[in-house]
Amino acid sequence: MSDEKSIMERIREANKAYTTGLDDEGIEHWVTIYLMGKAYKVPADLTIMQAIEYAGYQFIRGSGCRAGFCGACATVYRKKGDYKLHAALACQTRVEDGMYLVQIPFTPAEKASYNINKEVPDEQVLLKYYPEIARCVSCNTCTKACPQELQVMDYVQAALRGDLQKTAELSFDCIQCGLCALRCPAEICQYHVGQLARRMYGKYGLSEPPSPAQRIQEIEQGRYEDQFNRLMKMGRDELEKLYNEREKE
Amino acid sequence: MKLPFYPGCSLKAQAKNFETSGIAAAHALGVELVEIERWNCCGTVYSLTGDDLMRQVAPVRNLIRVQEFGENRMAVLCAMCYNTEKRASLRAQRNKEDLEKMNAFMDKEEDYRGEVDVVHLLEILRDEVGFDRIKDRVERPLRGLRVSPYYGCMLLRPREAGIDDADRPRVMEDLLGALGAEVIDHPYKSHCCGSYHTVDDPHLVARRAHAILSSITAHGGEIVALSCPLCKHNLDDRQELVAQLYPDFSKVPVVYFTQLMALAFGLEDAMGFDQHYVDPHPLLEEKGLLRKIKV
Repeated sequence: MSDEKSIMERIREANKAYTTGLDDEGIEHWVTIYLMGKAYKVPADLTIMQAIEYAGYQFIRGSGCRAGFCGACATVYRKKGDYKLHAALACQTRVEDGMYLVQIPFTPAEKASYNINKEVPDEQVLLKYYPEIARCVSCNTCTKACPQELQVMDYVQAALRGDLQKTAELSFDCIQCGLCALRCPAEICQYHVGQLARRMYGKYGLSEPPSPAQRIQEIEQGRYEDQFNRLMKMGRDELEKLYNEREKE
Repeated sequence: MKLPFYPGCSLKAQAKNFETSGIAAAHALGVELVEIERWNCCGTVYSLTGDDLMRQVAPVRNLIRVQEFGENRMAVLCAMCYNTEKRASLRAQRNKEDLEKMNAFMDKEEDYRGEVDVVHLLEILRDEVGFDRIKDRVERPLRGLRVSPYYGCMLLRPREAGIDDADRPRVMEDLLGALGAEVIDHPYKSHCCGSYHTVDDPHLVARRAHAILSSITAHGGEIVALSCPLCKHNLDDRQELVAQLYPDFSKVPVVYFTQLMALAFGLEDAMGFDQHYVDPHPLLEEKGLLRKIKV
C-alpha cells in the first residue's frame, strides 16, 4: 500500500531511472556513446539522460524535472565527423551514435540583487546591473547554444539599447539552463539579464489584468465556500481520485 | 523612396529626438526610413585591430539584415554608426579573404555578398532629394538664426568613408542655408570633441568643448547643428562642467540638424527640443521660430 511508505520512499521511487530493469534481449537498435571519453553501448531510443543512467551513472546534480522545463540538465556534445560543439537538454534529446557527451552540473554566474520596487524602468537599468552586456560583439554564439531556440543575441542587443519589452518578450521561454553564459566570449550572463528585463517589464510595462481582482472578490463573496467545504471533508483516496480524473487543459 | 534604416542604440535611448526628427523630416521630403529588423549594436567604433575580425562581425551582420530585405543600401543618421558601418562595408567589399572568414564564422546567417552601400541621411538629402526641393518644403524659414554646423570626426574621416570634402565640407552649410538659416563658419567644425575621453577624463572633454563653443560664439554663432549623439553629449551636456571651469563662458544650445529641419518644416511633434542640457527654446522663441508656451 502506497499510504504506508514514507515520503522519502515515495520520492525515491518516483525518481528511479526509467531504464532500471530493462530487458536487453528485446532491444533491437543500439548506439555507442562516449561519456567523458568512455564508450558505452546503449539502446538507441533513450534520451541522453536515460542513456547516462543506463550506463550506470547516478545523477546527483544536472537533473531535475525530466520534462524540459527546469533547465537543470544542460549537456554539451560533439558528434563524429562534426566540428560543432552542440548544446542541449539531456532529458529532451535522443542519443545518437558516436556522441561525445558531458553533463554540465552548474553554471557559475552572479545574479545582481536589486529591489524591484525601487528601480526605475528606464533605458539604463539593465546596463546598471549588468554593464558587461556592452561587451557583446554580436558573435551569436549564445543563440547557437540555446536549447530553447531563443534569439539570445537579439535580446542581449535589445537589452543594450534599453528595450525592456523586447528583451522580456524574446527571453520569455528561457529556462535558465546557463548554456548561453557558458559559451559567451564576452562573459555575459544572458539569462540573468533576461530575467531582470522580464521582472521590470512585468512590473512597470504591463497593466494589471482584471481577472485576479475579480476572482478575489468572488472568493470573498463566498462563491466557492461549498466547493471548499466538500474538498475539506474528502479522504485521501477520494482526493487522489478526483485529482487524477480532473479536467486537464 | 523607401530606404532601409539603421537607427543604432543611442537613437533608442539618449538621442530619441534625433530619430524622431530625422524620420519625420525625411518623410516630409518623401523619403521613408524603414527600420531594419533584428539589428544589433554596430560596435560603436570601427575596430582598428587589423587581424581581429570578431570586431567586424557586428557591423557586417547589420548589412546582412539589409541584404535579407532585398536591398542594397542602408541609411544611417548617427555619425558614429555611419562611420563604423561604412568602413566595415568597405572592408568586406574590398577584402574577399576577410569576408569569407566572417561568413564561415557566421554560419547561421546567409552569406554576406559585400554589396550593401552605407549612406548618411545628409548624402541622401544632397544627392537625391536636392537642396532646392528642401527649400520648397520649408514652411517656417529659420530667418535670422545664426547656426554653426559641427561635423566632428566621423562624417568626414577617413577620406574613403567621408560624406564630403574633409577639409572644406559644404553639405551641412548648404542644408542649413536651404532651411533659411544664416550659416556661421568657424575653424573648429571638423575638430574632435574629445569623443570617449568623456568617460574617464571629463575635464579633457570640457576643455575641448570650451575651445569649440567659444570659437563658435566669437564668430557669431548662436546655436550648433550636428549629427552625432556623442558629440552632442560632449558639446551640450558637458557645458555644465565647462561653465564650472570657465566662469565667463556663455552657454550655447546644441541640436541635431534634423531638429532644425523639423522646425523649418513645421513638424511640431517631431522637434524634440526638450532633450537638451542647454535649452534651445529661449533662443528659438526670441527669433520668433517657436511660440512661447504659456504657463
